[in-house]
Formats: sequence, C-alpha cells, structure tokens
Amino acid sequence: MKIGIPRETYEGEKRVASVPDVIGKLIKLGFEVAVESGAGEAANFSDDTYRAAGAEIVPGAAALWASSDIVFKVRAPSVQEIGLMKEGATLVSFIWPAQNPELLKQLASKKATILAMDSVPRISRAQKLDALSSMANIAGYRAVIEAAHHFGRFFTGQITAAGKVPPAKVFVIGAGVAGLAAIGTACGLGAIVRANDTRPEVGDQVKSMGGEFVTVDYEEEGTGVGGYAKLMSEGFQKAQRETFAKQAKDVDIIITTALIPGKPAPKLITAEMVQSMKPGSVIVDMAAEQGGNCELTEPNQVTVKHGVTIIGYTDLPSRLSKQSSTLYATNLLRLTEELCKTKDGVINVNMEDEVLRGTTVVKEGNISWPPPAPKLSAAPPKPAADKPAVQPSASHGHGGGGAPASGISTAVTFVIAAALFLFIGAYAPNAFLTHFTVFILACFIGYMVVWNVTPALHTPLMSVTNAISSIIAIGALMQIAPPQVADGMARPEAWIRTLAVAGIALTTINMFGGFAVTRRMLSMFRKNEK
Amino acid sequence: MIPTSLATVSYIGAAILFILSLGGLSHPESSRRGNLYGMIGMAIAVLATVFGPRVTSAGLPWIIGAMAVGGTIGLYAARKVQMTQMPELVALMHSLVGFAAVLVGFANYIDPASAALPVGAEKTIHEIEIYIGILIGAVTFSGSIIAFGKLSGLINGKPMLLPGRHWMNLLGLIIVIVFGWKFLNDGSVGAGIVSLTVMSIIALLFGIHMVMAIGGADMPVVVSMLNSYSGWTAAATGFMLSNDLLIVTGALVGSSGAILSYIMCRAMNRNFISVIAGGFGSGGGTPAAKGGDGEPVGEVTEISATETAELLSDSKNVIIVPGYGMAVAQAQHTVFEITKYLREKGVNVRFAIHPVAGRMPGHMNVLLAEAKVPYDIVMEMDEINEDFPDTDVTMVIGANDIVNPAAQDDPTSPIAGMPVLEVWKSRTSIVMKRSMASGYAGVDNPLFYKENNRMLFGDAKKKLDEVLFALKEQAGFNG
Repeated sequence: MKIGIPRETYEGEKRVASVPDVIGKLIKLGFEVAVESGAGEAANFSDDTYRAAGAEIVPGAAALWASSDIVFKVRAPSVQEIGLMKEGATLVSFIWPAQNPELLKQLASKKATILAMDSVPRISRAQKLDALSSMANIAGYRAVIEAAHHFGRFFTGQITAAGKVPPAKVFVIGAGVAGLAAIGTACGLGAIVRANDTRPEVGDQVKSMGGEFVTVDYEEEGTGVGGYAKLMSEGFQKAQRETFAKQAKDVDIIITTALIPGKPAPKLITAEMVQSMKPGSVIVDMAAEQGGNCELTEPNQVTVKHGVTIIGYTDLPSRLSKQSSTLYATNLLRLTEELCKTKDGVINVNMEDEVLRGTTVVKEGNISWPPPAPKLSAAPPKPAADKPAVQPSASHGHGGGGAPASGISTAVTFVIAAALFLFIGAYAPNAFLTHFTVFILACFIGYMVVWNVTPALHTPLMSVTNAISSIIAIGALMQIAPPQVADGMARPEAWIRTLAVAGIALTTINMFGGFAVTRRMLSMFRKNEK
Repeated sequence: MIPTSLATVSYIGAAILFILSLGGLSHPESSRRGNLYGMIGMAIAVLATVFGPRVTSAGLPWIIGAMAVGGTIGLYAARKVQMTQMPELVALMHSLVGFAAVLVGFANYIDPASAALPVGAEKTIHEIEIYIGILIGAVTFSGSIIAFGKLSGLINGKPMLLPGRHWMNLLGLIIVIVFGWKFLNDGSVGAGIVSLTVMSIIALLFGIHMVMAIGGADMPVVVSMLNSYSGWTAAATGFMLSNDLLIVTGALVGSSGAILSYIMCRAMNRNFISVIAGGFGSGGGTPAAKGGDGEPVGEVTEISATETAELLSDSKNVIIVPGYGMAVAQAQHTVFEITKYLREKGVNVRFAIHPVAGRMPGHMNVLLAEAKVPYDIVMEMDEINEDFPDTDVTMVIGANDIVNPAAQDDPTSPIAGMPVLEVWKSRTSIVMKRSMASGYAGVDNPLFYKENNRMLFGDAKKKLDEVLFALKEQAGFNG
C-alpha cells in the first residue's frame, strides 16, 4: 500500500507528518511512500533528503491524495483536502472528534478509515504512539524558551563583577507532560521552579525534574479517569486561588498548562493576580486554545497587560518544527507497526486491539467515536500504604559478621555447644583435646579473616584456599619413607608408596596450579589509570 | 635433616603465613602480597616436612618425581585455563584435594607405623578420624567431579531428582554408620579395609547424588560448599596424622568456604539446607500462573544495536550488569572496549555485580579484571543499588533472575525476597538476551515488559560488537 505525506495547508503550520529517517523504516515494513513536493520545507527537510530515503516526490496535493491509500497528516484535513481524498482511503492525523463532529461526518461519507492521534488511549502499551505527549513535551520546552525571550533578565542567578543577579522564579501550573517538560527546561536554565497540580501523586515527578511542589491546603483527590485531571470542588478552587495569588506576587514567570478533557480550560489566573505581578513578568498560557488559564489571555497573541507580557501562542510545537516533526513521525511509525504486524505493507485495523480501537474514530465510513471507556487509569491512584511486598534484606555484611541471631536461637546454639564440649571433655583423650583446641581456634580465625575479604576477590579467595588446602601433601610426604619403627612390623611398603606418591602428585597439581592461577587472576585486577 | 622442634616452628610460621594470605585478599592492592605469603607458607611447610624427622632420604627421589609431575601439570593448567572456565578449574582442584585425602587415609590405615602406636580410647579416636577423613574426602571428590561436569557442560545442568532421594541419602548414612561401627570393631587390617572400601563407595555415590540434584543456578553455592569440604577434609586428615598445621589450614579453608556458601545463599534468599536438598529451578515452588494478578503480560520493546549506541552516547551515567550470559558469549573484552570508549567521552560507566552472578563467587569480577576493567568502577550490589534512579541507561548483559523485580513485588514468586539489582529504576534499561527464555529459576521476568525497558536480542558478543561499531561510526559523523 502507498503512504502519502501531503504538505500541511493550515496557515502557519510548519510540521510535517513524516521525516526522511522514518521513511526508510516505513519502506522496510513493506510500504511505498510518496511525499508532496515541499512538504518538509518548513521543518528543514528538503525534497532531496526524502528522495534519498526512498520516497517518491509528487508535485501537487491533488496527485498525492489521489494516489495514496494511506495519508499521514499533522492537522485535521480541510474541506478541500477531504474532497481530494480517495474513496475508502485511510487517514492518520489529529482530528479532535469531540470538537469537530461535522468533520467526522464528512470523512465518514468518504467511506474512509480515520485514526485520530489525539484519541490514542492512555495506557502503558500505547505510550510509544502517544503523539499528544510528544507534542506536549515540545510545547513545554518551547513555552519556557518563549518566556525567556520576553523576560528581561537572566534565568540563572549570577554573581558578576557588576553585581549580583538573582535567579528567576518560575511557577508552573499543571504538572502533566508539558508542565514537567517546562519544569525541566526552566531548571536547566537555572531558575527556581515551583509547580502545582491538583493530582498529589505527581509531586514526586515534579521533584525529580528539579522543581518544588507547592500544595494547595485543601483535602481533595484530583485524579480523574485516564490520568487526566478532573474538575475540582468550589472549596478547593477557592483555596487554590489563594495559593496562586500568593505565588503570583512572588514569581517572575507563570506557565499554565491546566486542561480538563472536553471542558474549557479552568480560569486560574485572574486579572487581579496579573496586576499583582512585578512589571516585566511573563505569563505563558499553554491552554490558550481552550480559552486560556488566564483571564487576560488572547489566543495566538502576545499582549502586555498591567506591565505583564501574556503569551497565548497555540502553535508551540509547530515553532519547533524539526523536533516535533521527528517525534510525530516516530509516533506514526509505531502506530504503523501496530497496524502492520505482518510487515508486508498491508494494514489491518484490528478493532479487537484496545489501542487501535481507541484511536480509530471512523471505520470504513462508520463513525466509531467515542470508544468504550478505557479499562484502566494510566496511573491508578495508589493506596497510601504501598510498600514493597518483601523488604530487601539488610546490607551485605562487609566485615560485619552475620546478622545477629535471635535470642532463642542463640541460647539453643549455646546449650548444644556446651553439651558437645562436655561430652568431648568427658571422653576424649588429652592428645585429641590439644588438636581440638587448635581446630576450634583456627575456625574462628578463618571466620574473622574471611569476612574481611572483598566480594570482588571471592574467586581468587577460592583458588588460594584451594591451593593451601593442598597442605594435605604433608600427610602423603610423611608416609613415603618414614624412619623405621622399632618393633620392625611388616609394612606394606609398595602399597603405601604408591598411594603416597599418587597423593603427592595430585596435591602438587593443586598447589602449583592454585597459586599460579591466583597470581594470574590477581595480576589482572588493576586500578583506574586516571 | 632438621630437628623436630625446628620443623614444628616452621609449621607455626606456615600457619601464620596462610592466615596473612587470606587476610591480604581483603583488598585488591594487598591481594598479590597475600598470594605470595601463601606460596612462601606452602614452601616452608613442604620443605620442613621433607627435610624433617618424619621423612628419610630414601623417599627423596619419589617425592621429587611426584612433585615434578604434579607441578608441571598444575602450572600448565593454570597458564592455559580461560578465565570463563575458572569455576570448572576450581571444582576440578577440589576433587584432587578430596582424592588425595582418600589416598592418604587409606595409606595411613594400612601403615602399621601409625596404626600400631595408640591403644584404647586413642586408638578408637584415631580410627574414627581415619574413617571420617576418608568419608569427607570421598564426598568432596565425587561431588567436585560432578560439579566440574555440570559447569563445563559435560553433564546437563538441570537437577536430576531421583524418586525418594532423601530416603536414599538416609539409607546411605545408615550404611555408613553401621560400617563405621563394624570398622571400629574389626580386628585385622584386612577386615577393616573392607569396611573402609564399602564406606568409600557409599560416600562417592552420595557425593554424585548430592551434586546431581542441584540446579545450575545454585552452582555458586555448590562450588563454595565443596571448597569448604576440601578444607574440612584437610582438617580431618590433620587429626588423623596429629598434625596441627593441617588442622589449622583445613579449618581456615573450611570456614572460608562455609562463609562463601552462606553469602551465596543469602544473595539468593535461600537457606543452605534447601540448596543441598536440591531441585531448585525444576518447579519446586509453584510459579505464579502466567497472566494472573499483577503478572505483567505485555509486549517487549525491541531495540537495535545502533539505537543502543545512540542511547549510550547520549547518557551521563551508565551501569552495566553482567551475568553468566556475558561469560558464555566471551563478551567481556567488547564490554570493556565500549566502557573505555564511553569513559573517554566523559560518560560515567560503572558495573554492578550481584553476588551470585556467574557460576562461582566473584566470577564476574575476575572476567572483568581479565578484560582490563579497573576494579574501582566495579561495584557490589549494595554499593550501587541506590544509584539506579540517577542512571540514564542500564545494560543487562546475559543476566535474568538477579534483575527480576518480581523478587520484590510478587510474594508468590519462587524468588521472592531474593535481593536483586533494581535496574528498572533507571531511566532506560536494555536487556541483552539470546531469546525470551526465562532464567535458571524458571521465573518469568516482569522487567522485560516494563515501559522503560528495551530488549536487544541476539548473541551478546555479536551485538556488543555492533554497538561498539555504531558508537565509533557516530563519532565519525560528529567529528
């Protein structure tokens, strides 16, 4: 089947649905790929690079749409584009079916199959094709860069010869993918970053990005279905506004990312808050497309109100077109892999598959949106007492002996040992006891010494103990030709000598081999030269 | 000929040198000196014996001949052995100690010079010493031979479980005790030999049976246990010969092996008795049913060698977790090449060694040392486990059970409670495996299905060569 990549027609859209790197992989899956001439230009991918990757360059949208069985796009198709579409073709792009029911009907009339990249279910398995997250990540980064552009100071604090520069303070509202990316970017620039989210479980993620988690002093769980936030109660909203008002007075930059699926963006930053901010401060409203988190935001505009720059761009990913195109193209590649498990260039929209079912909004002319509710929340709220099932055992005794035994078992050991010693003391002859003393003491010395051996040297330890256990040779040596016994008893010389010589030979293998191999091993252990 | 007192003092010196030798192994810096102490100690002990009062000059040609043969074989083996074959060599050497102890025991029993002297309780004790010395020696011998066979692949690594094996062992023990009693009451040397021979055969069979029943994953325990046995054998021989040096050395080696066994058992969260009883890895426990609650069924995400190289070169912190698979594939040199390359680029590469990685204690350390990896970037599990969350990429090379999160998360797992390397906490983990087969414990590994895990399938050596090639090629592009 042929995959077509048209040029995006939406005004100002710089992204493209596939990049040369990915096209090679699509071809490997068995597809033919056609790219409209100039499709990647705005994202710095020339026709030549596409051609080099194996794509066919088609001049003009009409020819491309007419010949493509599958079309990859970024933005939802325009009315003209739907007109160009081949009957029964498959289209993959952002659709936003909830906001665009009319579009859905038009697409359905084309007997098309439509996969909406904004409708990918939020389950672990589908993360690799979650284009929303890819785009949000980029938008979060770009939001900070835009803020830095409009902000009149450094982000990082410095002590210079000309005086001290305080670090910028950044407040991020909403710690989703975009929010976390913004936190990480701002921290990377050296700012002091605080963040708030209605979902308390993201606090750790905020900290892991280098931010400080600001909590709203009010008890309410804010995690909704699918890992998204939900609408909060009146009481909570009041407490939240107070927290935000306090932050607004203190910080230099506010980045808002608060969205609730299917609802207009919550108004979190009031006009008074904007007024209370220091002149020269910046607000980046990443929810501008859904009406904005700030009352004063104007979508797609940069405005200055009360001395505060308010950025309402809705095309942040497109402003980083090369990066966003590359990630989006990879998301589409992962989707294609799901669609074409046989790698023969033919797609199969398997409606039994949870991921594909969720993504498909029109199947062969029938509107299949909305999908049945997802089975699982992406990050299910965890019970508070969530401990690992089994605690890992205590630290590896390095020179520390074993773990202390319990009182009872120690007592039992002592009683048994005492009884044993009593028995031996009562019956054993003196000569034996001398050796026995030596034996017990040697065991203890061995115990103490060996606990100090570093685990890295356990193999050499074994080979060296092996070598010294060939001390048995002494036994054999003594047997080979002892001084004559006085009473001159018949001694089976030949037998003993054979046994002893064999014994000596065997133990010397061990003796020489053991020491030599230990030496060889130890000479290999070396310290870092640097 | 040196007098008895000087010989005894020499023995004390040798014993001290042996203790220092083991003490020297506490750090790689001092380890070479430790080994030297061991050699000097052994030389002193042998020379003091040969020129001591118990050996007449008539024996010298025999001694020199035997030692020349043994020494040549030993040195040759030490030079030729591959570092990956160390476990086999060590097992083989244990068997030699065991066999020598059996020979010395028999020789001692038929030697009227030593048997005639003691009377009464002393005679009984002496005979018990001979009996036990040969018993332990024989078990060590046959057990080590089987261990050698299993380690070198001559014998299937799977545990061989005969029906009623515990009863068979019990029967063997009873026979050994009965013949022991008979041996003590045997009047003549001829009758005693029969009892000793019967016992030796039982002991040999017991040794074979014991190690055959132990699975491949428990091999580190078995090898260190046999190490311990070889020590006890030497100690028993020392009692038999009334020689304190043998007793001290035997006790040192015995306790060393016992501690190693204990450490290995704890690293697998298994108790010693159950390892010896055998059968691990054959479904002795009931593995959780696949697809049951909490069982992560899902898809694994594959990664190519080129992508691996990209990930590695973009990281700041990398941890490599080697396992037996690395030894099998002989990939340690390529691993070092990659390490060297990344470290030159400023990537902090370290190694995490689980105590039971490989087939004997410290096996991985030796392999990495052979490949010239400096030992100060090779960490123990406890030293490095906390660093995984700050690690960009963790590469698991041919290891499975030691990185299985089920040990912590799933109380029903057969390996529950076993301390494991927490590789899943790093940002990305890459598992190199030949296929999706499970590890020795036969447990499915949820790590493979984690979102941040990637699988790099194929022969470890080949794949790592590709990674190295890709790394260098990237460098070529970047100038």
